[in-house]
Amino acid sequence: MLAVNFLLLSAALFCFGVYGVIARKNAVMVLMSIELILNSVNLNLVAFALMNDNIDGQVFALFVIAVAAAEVGVGLGMVLMIYRNRRSISLDELSEMKG
Amino acid sequence: MVLAAETAEALSSGWFLENAWLIPLIPAIAFAVIIGFGKRLPQGGSEVGIASMTASFVLACGATYQWIQRVHSAEGHGEEGALGVARGFAQTVLPRASEEGGHSLPYVEPVIRNWTWWQNGGLELTIGQHIDGLAIMALLLVSFISLLVQIYSTEYVKGDRRYTHFFAALTLFSAGMLVMVLAESMVQFILGWEIMGLCSFMLIGHWWEDRANSEAALKAFWTVRVGDVGLLVGTAIIYFGASEWAQERGSNGFSIQAISGWAMSNDASQTVLLWGSVALFIACIGKSGQFPLHTWLPDAMAGPTPVSSLLHSSTMVVAGVYLVARLYPVFFSGLDILDSGVNLIAVVGGITIIVAAALAFVQNDIKKVLAYSTVSQLGYMMMGLGVGAWTPAVFHIWTHAFFKCCLFLAAGSISHSASHHSFDMKKDMGGLRKFMPITFATWMVSTAALCGIPFFSGFWSKDEIIDNAANNNYTVFFVVGLVGAVMTAAYMTRATYLTFFGEPRGAAAGEHHGDDEHAEEHELEVATVGGDMAGHGAVLADADLFASAASGSGDDHGHDGHGHGDHGDGHDAHDEPHESPPRITVPLIILGFLAVFSGYLLAPGAPFKTEYFLEWVEPRGVEVDDVVFTPSGEASGHDETAEAIVADGLVIGTGGFGRAAPLPTAESGEGDKGELTGCGFDKPTDGICFAPKVPHAEFKWSKAMISIALVFFGIAMSAWICLGVYGGRKNPFAGLTKRSRVANAGHRFLVNKLYLDDLYEKVIVRGIAHPIANAAYWVNQHVIDGVVDGAGRRTRKTGVWVYKNVDQRVVDGAVNASGTAASETGHALQPVQSGKVNQYGALLFGAATVGAIVLILTNV
Amino acid sequence: MSGLILASDVNVAQNVGFYIIAAMMLVGAFRVVTTNNVVHAALWLVVVLGGVAAQYILAAAEFVAVSQVMVYIGAVMVLFLFGIMLTRATIGHEDEMNNKGWGVGVPVALLLFGMLSWVVIDQYRDDVITELPAERIASSTQRISDGYLGDYLVPLIALSFVLLAAAIGSIVLARKD
Repeated sequence: MLAVNFLLLSAALFCFGVYGVIARKNAVMVLMSIELILNSVNLNLVAFALMNDNIDGQVFALFVIAVAAAEVGVGLGMVLMIYRNRRSISLDELSEMKG
Repeated sequence: MVLAAETAEALSSGWFLENAWLIPLIPAIAFAVIIGFGKRLPQGGSEVGIASMTASFVLACGATYQWIQRVHSAEGHGEEGALGVARGFAQTVLPRASEEGGHSLPYVEPVIRNWTWWQNGGLELTIGQHIDGLAIMALLLVSFISLLVQIYSTEYVKGDRRYTHFFAALTLFSAGMLVMVLAESMVQFILGWEIMGLCSFMLIGHWWEDRANSEAALKAFWTVRVGDVGLLVGTAIIYFGASEWAQERGSNGFSIQAISGWAMSNDASQTVLLWGSVALFIACIGKSGQFPLHTWLPDAMAGPTPVSSLLHSSTMVVAGVYLVARLYPVFFSGLDILDSGVNLIAVVGGITIIVAAALAFVQNDIKKVLAYSTVSQLGYMMMGLGVGAWTPAVFHIWTHAFFKCCLFLAAGSISHSASHHSFDMKKDMGGLRKFMPITFATWMVSTAALCGIPFFSGFWSKDEIIDNAANNNYTVFFVVGLVGAVMTAAYMTRATYLTFFGEPRGAAAGEHHGDDEHAEEHELEVATVGGDMAGHGAVLADADLFASAASGSGDDHGHDGHGHGDHGDGHDAHDEPHESPPRITVPLIILGFLAVFSGYLLAPGAPFKTEYFLEWVEPRGVEVDDVVFTPSGEASGHDETAEAIVADGLVIGTGGFGRAAPLPTAESGEGDKGELTGCGFDKPTDGICFAPKVPHAEFKWSKAMISIALVFFGIAMSAWICLGVYGGRKNPFAGLTKRSRVANAGHRFLVNKLYLDDLYEKVIVRGIAHPIANAAYWVNQHVIDGVVDGAGRRTRKTGVWVYKNVDQRVVDGAVNASGTAASETGHALQPVQSGKVNQYGALLFGAATVGAIVLILTNV
Repeated sequence: MSGLILASDVNVAQNVGFYIIAAMMLVGAFRVVTTNNVVHAALWLVVVLGGVAAQYILAAAEFVAVSQVMVYIGAVMVLFLFGIMLTRATIGHEDEMNNKGWGVGVPVALLLFGMLSWVVIDQYRDDVITELPAERIASSTQRISDGYLGDYLVPLIALSFVLLAAAIGSIVLARKD
């Protein structure tokens, strides 16, 4: 199999994720896009592990999975709290940080 | 009968030595039990603490017995079994190296077991036990003193609101100390060391409602932590130095045995050893209250008296000394002890002796006198180690623990029963010998031991240190030791006079006043607090009002937190000073007895000459041919049974004994430093040395007479001065500080503790921290604001310049524009800071992409 | 590209599988970021994540694949669905799921994809992944565990603290008070 296959697929997933982060209004959707980005990275790691016959890539992929799980937990907790305070999770209405 | 048979078998089989790790484990479990269930137990958890310490003590006794057997069998006299020791005791004169025509005592292999609890890469951490003479001595000492102090405490802190916590902390402390004492690796050593630090903090601040106590606790904790940095750094340095050597021999760089062997070997780098030993010694300075970090120790007297007695005089503070004694090869090689004329340990110890003894003269608080005395005696131990007198220094740990513990407990007994919880000798004591005969007798015996009066225990140890300093050609430290002995005798005479002689004063005369425990702080703050004391005393005319009035008085030194209110209630009936109850006097009597007789383990000058301590405790400085390092990490071989400690690595039994290589030359006689050979002086060629071969001075009464004469001179001098100053007799010293400005200045210098606290708090904290803050503020005010202001001014000037030089119509707009240029730039960039997450995301990824493209293009 | 795919040293079946799964994943990812229905987006995300797990199996990483299924499809997706329900998002079509500046995303994503694909193709154009020997593949789980309990032990412990902190943090955040 060609090495390029995995890497291009992962690049495409990554870009979909980036587009989602930029374009989406709903906070939950943004979190989903971030999951796409993390998965593309994982795919890359596993592909490199295969290419180099080195297990470290898989170990790192598992690390990323664990961190992603933590990130989703905290992220959704934050979204829930934002919803409770504002009755909305539209990110374009959230601009307290406006300079 | 079965039990007896089993006990006999256990005694002869080495069971106690193999299982010495149980000694700290029992108090550790007891701690958990007390914390968990103590409040529900009938005695509030104290019975668990006492039971655990009793068990530890019994185990320690068994281990001591077996260790003595082991030493005897290694030496080839005395058979296996119980007979060996009996015979050993029967011999009045034991053979000693210098007397046997150069035959060194054989190496006695320590009983080492360990269990690897962490293994990762090359790093291997173990926990276990390293039992040799030193550890055995300390185990016995710590468990015994802890036991007595706990019994004493049941009376002393009776009715305290945190009674259970007090016993929990005491028990955990004992566990920590015991863990440290039998530490097999430096990691375990640090563990025990830190547990003690924590317990010390908890116990000093036991009555934390009183602000002075919590501050003393914090001070002790932080001061010791300053030193602890040294411990960590030193351990790391030594680890990296010794690791390779140790791993070649199947051990690891944390193992104390391996470190000792490495430090004595050819492979040890002198630089590593030097820096490692200096760093470790900083830890000892902090923990053992050596100059200049001794300031925490007297303040630690804010804790309950049993705590002072156990932690801050007899056991915990000797941890630093113990560390030096334990890793003596490192210090010996690193600091060139015996090879150089002066070294760090001896200097610090020497300074500490003198400084602390001088400070002890001006204290009015009986516990502070004893605290400074402790510091001074710790200085003796350090100096002893520094001048190569290992055995006398360690022996001084042993004797000092008994008599100092006894002195503290006597002070506690006085405050408990005679002076209404006051420790102020000038205000609330005097003439107590009539009321408290037992306390007085034990105090006198212990004072005699502390002063070094012949035939009391302190004499045998302290005089040996001084004697060996001279023998090893450390003349300066010999003189320091003598001066320290005079001063010790003098300040103890003063304290004894003030406490037990003269007329009863204050509380001792039956008066009540509220100003009790913190009399000294009050006195020092007299300038600021002013008439506070008097008012305070007047309010509290009735002891029943004590607790409530003190808490309501608004005084910083209110005593509401002491639990003295409820505590004192039981004693209201006794206006007269009286002897303490048996739970206080019995430990005192036992300790007083030991203050005399513990010295006879090493009393070469006694009519019946004894040198047991030398034989049983001192590590033998001989080269060992084939050493069995305890392999660690074999715990896995023991499958999943609860018996996790490795037995494989154990070398028990006769097979491991007697591997001494005979040394070519005899050990030097007295004074012949040039002939020193053997371990520590010649690097071992084939085998391994685990301890330096230190010389021993020959005891002679003629030499001891100097110090004895000086001690009696100190006592007589001090008694004479005391009669003048305090007793109202007419002599030149009466009112000296009032008449002589020099004397007054000296007195004030000492009262202010050499201004060291001021140095730390005012000069170092304010002198370093504050200027940095000020400098930052100055930079903020002048540089940053200046830049901003300057930029504004410059733009304005430009505007003016434009106004003057450019067409009038452009001018207004130009000036306004330049004046608001900064603001405009901000407004221009404002849309970027939209607060919208998506936009930030777009910027982030866009910028990252552009940046990556730029990088790629430049690198293609 | 197509010529290279059919080269003789390439395992055809594996490639075919890869392309089928990859196509599904790309469609799924596209729908995740374009659909106007939150629940649909979540379900499309399941397709993508499942596809990733399948790709892991193709890449001889069974253990990671199983973890992917359990953690992502099992736990993370449930979390997402809970999040959607608890925030009472409209279940069904919504008129405008994108914010006003969504157009910026297209050029950024395209530029990024162009850059990444250029770099990847430039570097790995002709690299062919050789078949690993069977015993090597079989031992991969064991090697992962060796890695975790060997060189990566400290990061593993640190990660456990991260998870603990995340658990506590999300409880604190989501708590009603």
